Amino acid sequence: MDLLTTISEQGAAVLGPAWPVVWTLVKIVAVVAPLMACVAYLTLWERKFIGYIQLRIGPNRVGPMGLLQPIADAIKLVFKEVIMPSQASKGLYLLGPVMTIMPALAAWAVIPFGPDRALANVNAGLLLLLAITSLEVYGVILAGWASNSKYAFLGALRASAQMVSYELAIGFALVVVLMVSGSLNMTDIVLAQNRGYFAGMGLNVLSWNWLPLLPIFVVYFISGVAETNRHPFDVVEGESEIVAGHMIEYSGMGFAVFFLAEYANMILISALAAIMFLGGWAPFWQAPLDLGPQWFWDWFWLFFKTFLLVTVFLWIRASFPRYRYDQIMRLGWKIFIPVTLVWLVVIGIWIQTPLNIWK
Amino acid sequence: MTGPKAMEAIKDFVKSFMLIELLKGLRLTGSQLFARKITIQFPEEKTPLSPRFRGLHALRRYPNGQERCIACKLCEAVCPALAITIESDVRESDGTRRTSRYDIDLTKCIFCGFCEESCPVDSIVETHVLEYHGEKRGDLYFTKEMLLAVGDRYEQQIAAARDADARYR
Repeated sequence: MDLLTTISEQGAAVLGPAWPVVWTLVKIVAVVAPLMACVAYLTLWERKFIGYIQLRIGPNRVGPMGLLQPIADAIKLVFKEVIMPSQASKGLYLLGPVMTIMPALAAWAVIPFGPDRALANVNAGLLLLLAITSLEVYGVILAGWASNSKYAFLGALRASAQMVSYELAIGFALVVVLMVSGSLNMTDIVLAQNRGYFAGMGLNVLSWNWLPLLPIFVVYFISGVAETNRHPFDVVEGESEIVAGHMIEYSGMGFAVFFLAEYANMILISALAAIMFLGGWAPFWQAPLDLGPQWFWDWFWLFFKTFLLVTVFLWIRASFPRYRYDQIMRLGWKIFIPVTLVWLVVIGIWIQTPLNIWK
Repeated sequence: MTGPKAMEAIKDFVKSFMLIELLKGLRLTGSQLFARKITIQFPEEKTPLSPRFRGLHALRRYPNGQERCIACKLCEAVCPALAITIESDVRESDGTRRTSRYDIDLTKCIFCGFCEESCPVDSIVETHVLEYHGEKRGDLYFTKEMLLAVGDRYEQQIAAARDADARYR
């Protein structure tokens, strides 16, 4: 922290009024660059993990244990020709991938990596998140529409309908979290999880929202899988039906950006689940020794929890067959929304009774 | 709905809400995560080949160096892909009937092994060679000389494979 303050003061002295802008940019890079690295290596982890489940060993040719595989993939995609359909609407076609990845990255502004570590510690963080992640669907619609291809269009219709439907369930789930923590501020939501009945008994882990709000946690996570169009809800790009859905007319880097966005979204949904249900940066158990600075451990626990949840994403992908489209809609509208609504009322009443365990 | 049927329905409802089936599925795949991996890393590791393996073709010779093929053209007749082309002639030196041309177009060949089965003198055989390639069109068009060369090169292997399988032939 001292180092950061020193840098901050020095920078302000040298650059004057331009410094806040530069400093913000530096902070953005500090968040986005590692995130991109995580996305790249998530693709490798996915291939390895699913390979292991299928009794294979996954990519292991590029570099030691295949560790350079994501870099090789990236180089390949960068050097591929970008083909634009002649009848495509140029501006919108190019805007599609940008609109898809922008919300996935912008949402990280409000993610707290520690008690005082967030790009923007805004009071309505949760609201901002909901707003920004809702923009995601525009990228899909733009891509599908601008490609001027019926397959891309059908894929975009499916994707947008699915994303909008499950956003409702996610929204209600987050409202429940908001009710029990009494704040829209992400940092406060994490801090609120370490108060309550179990925390009073010294069992912080049980006091985190995942246990008191278990049904909501499950609904949130499954909706998250659907929201990111991941298996088993990936009818958007069902190979046997409409190939790559809204991404079908994209090649090279354009396609890579959609790909990045999908994985960045997976990490985002997992990070949010870690923050809202698994106590964010709070440790599962206290490190026995005072090794390393506190900010590292905060970061490490958040990373670890996110990693576990992302792995569950992959685990689900390796286990379940694809849902039929009407089943997806049924699950979203007829099951998740009623369940969350009922639970919303139940929790609301619970908080008002003397049995409230969140105090 | 009456008694037992209603109970059944309630049971199903609870079961699906607890995600029992899904968790069972996850447990199954999760257990495979730690199971032994069965991948064979090809260039370094290879699977055992049956003596009957059907790979690259070869024409064999007798131990005295005499080529076995008598140009009976049974293989040409039986070949379902029409990949074999044979022309026969009388050999100047001893007046025997021999092939003057024996070509196999490996791009047409389907490796069914009928040629090998039909051959009365065990001349045309399929070896265990499976790692070969052509770099330009026509590279996989094998002439008599090329097939004889393959046979000369792998004769030991070919003979061993035929010995191993002799009991069943």
